[in-house]
Amino acid sequence: MVLRAKNVKTVLYHLIVCIIAVTAIYPILWLVASSLKPNDEIYTTATSLIPSRLEWNNYVSGWKGFAGNTFATFMKNSFIIVILSTIGAVVSSALVGYGFARIRFAGSKFWFSAVMLTLLLPHDVTIISQYVLFAKIGWLSSFKPIIVPQFFGIPFFIFLIMQFIRTIPPELDEAAKMDGCSKYSIFYKIIVPLIVPALVTSAIFSFYWRWDDFYTPLLYLNNPSQYPVSLALKLFLDSESLNNWGGMFAMSTLSLVPIFVVFIIFQKYIVDGISTSGLKG
Amino acid sequence: MKLRENDHIVGYVFISPFILGFLIFTLFPMFSSLYFSFTEYDLLSAPRWVGLSNYEKMFTDDDKIMDSIRVTLTYVLTSVPSRLIIALLVAMLLNRAVKGIGLYRATYYLPSLIGGSVAVSIMWRQIFGDKGLINAFLDTIGIHTTISWIGYPATALGTLVLLSVWQFGSSMLIFLAGLKNIPGTYYEAASVDGAGPIRKFFHITLPLLSPIILFNLILQTISGFLTFTPAYIISNGEGGPLNNTLLYSLYLFHRAFVFFEMGYASAMAWFMLILIGLITLVIFKTSKYWVHYES
Repeated sequence: MVLRAKNVKTVLYHLIVCIIAVTAIYPILWLVASSLKPNDEIYTTATSLIPSRLEWNNYVSGWKGFAGNTFATFMKNSFIIVILSTIGAVVSSALVGYGFARIRFAGSKFWFSAVMLTLLLPHDVTIISQYVLFAKIGWLSSFKPIIVPQFFGIPFFIFLIMQFIRTIPPELDEAAKMDGCSKYSIFYKIIVPLIVPALVTSAIFSFYWRWDDFYTPLLYLNNPSQYPVSLALKLFLDSESLNNWGGMFAMSTLSLVPIFVVFIIFQKYIVDGISTSGLKG
Repeated sequence: MKLRENDHIVGYVFISPFILGFLIFTLFPMFSSLYFSFTEYDLLSAPRWVGLSNYEKMFTDDDKIMDSIRVTLTYVLTSVPSRLIIALLVAMLLNRAVKGIGLYRATYYLPSLIGGSVAVSIMWRQIFGDKGLINAFLDTIGIHTTISWIGYPATALGTLVLLSVWQFGSSMLIFLAGLKNIPGTYYEAASVDGAGPIRKFFHITLPLLSPIILFNLILQTISGFLTFTPAYIISNGEGGPLNNTLLYSLYLFHRAFVFFEMGYASAMAWFMLILIGLITLVIFKTSKYWVHYES
């Protein structure tokens, strides 16, 4: 009797957990399925996840893009922006994080509260003046307003790297100091190799945030030849191309591939990063 | 003595990227947007001082802003608590050693992983469209409807709320980490005292998780106020129907970068800062009644 009650409970548990899992993942499956359906079938067989035949042509027609700019251009733009931004964000945040974690200097508390202020400050408050600033120095219609600010330390990553450095025994630094290392070489030779996990976590999140970013490119880029994937996808919704549903779903699906690939490779770093720091995915 | 002075310089060398960035991209823009908020400024001619008139106009002569405040508050007050409650319930469900738990965890997290992308907003737009997945599904269970959920004023904002709730995965992971930190002995002791699951939840789980809940609540409230991309994509940049998806950030974007009313938009930004600041303060002040810190 007891055993049976336990079995029922287990089955019920898996049933509930599965239903939630299906709800979570169904829209994504629907997106992928729609990307492989013939155009006229997408909305007539909306509940079915199985296309009558696989319409790979959606990927061909979607890839063609708009006004001579193919998705090769958009992908290239995205990767340029994301890679340069991520290098900038991680390198600068590592330097700053080390400064706060390991060096005692006058005013360090003050500047750390500036980090927290920047972290919590809604970007709407600064975005208008930043736009005016970039307009004044002639940076509109270029990648510079999107990439350059990433080179000045990202509060979330500074915080994350700082916390990570604090778990490293200070005796290591002391020993290196005895051997005549300066703070600079301690950072470079001792700390950097030890904080690789924190750097990887920061790099992954930087990658995600920049890849998904829609607002900044929308503000600063006017010429479709400069559009990253996020902004290019929006072109499918503009009236003249309203009919290529298949292509739109195909390119939307494709835009998610780098995100999934990074997730599959670095799953552990992502889950740890979220669990320990509250980073939003 | 000399070494310490040296340390001061080295410290500043290391944090110098942040200091520069803070001055150029945070502090200076804050002060200049405060200044702009008292001016009329279209980017072409010099800013013209108008005193408080932008702020006056916001409260007396702009129905749209009232719409957008109403819509934004509704959005934040419904999506943030629902998402946190679901995240907590699912985290509790997953907080046990069961086969395949890693796979479930990853599956639940997927929506959060891709949630910020334009692709997902586009997908949501199609799912809740007049011929989308939702209507097709309702059709198969015998409910025939041809309304477009994103185009119908009463339901448009609801689709945005659902999108946000669907992305409960990252909050769930944070809660799950918190749950794993609660010592099992607490629950055992409570069982000995005859406490049921509900008592355990309210007397052990909730108090011990409360600092994490507070942290999540504040960060998500702020990011809720800043939601932009899904509203922009789903309403084609318009915030319609009848301003029902005109989130504050979207309206601010219109004023600033469609109509180039930089002064008015700056005043809007400062009003938002004050509003978010007040709400954060209220959450902090009331938190002493419900947040439990282990000492």
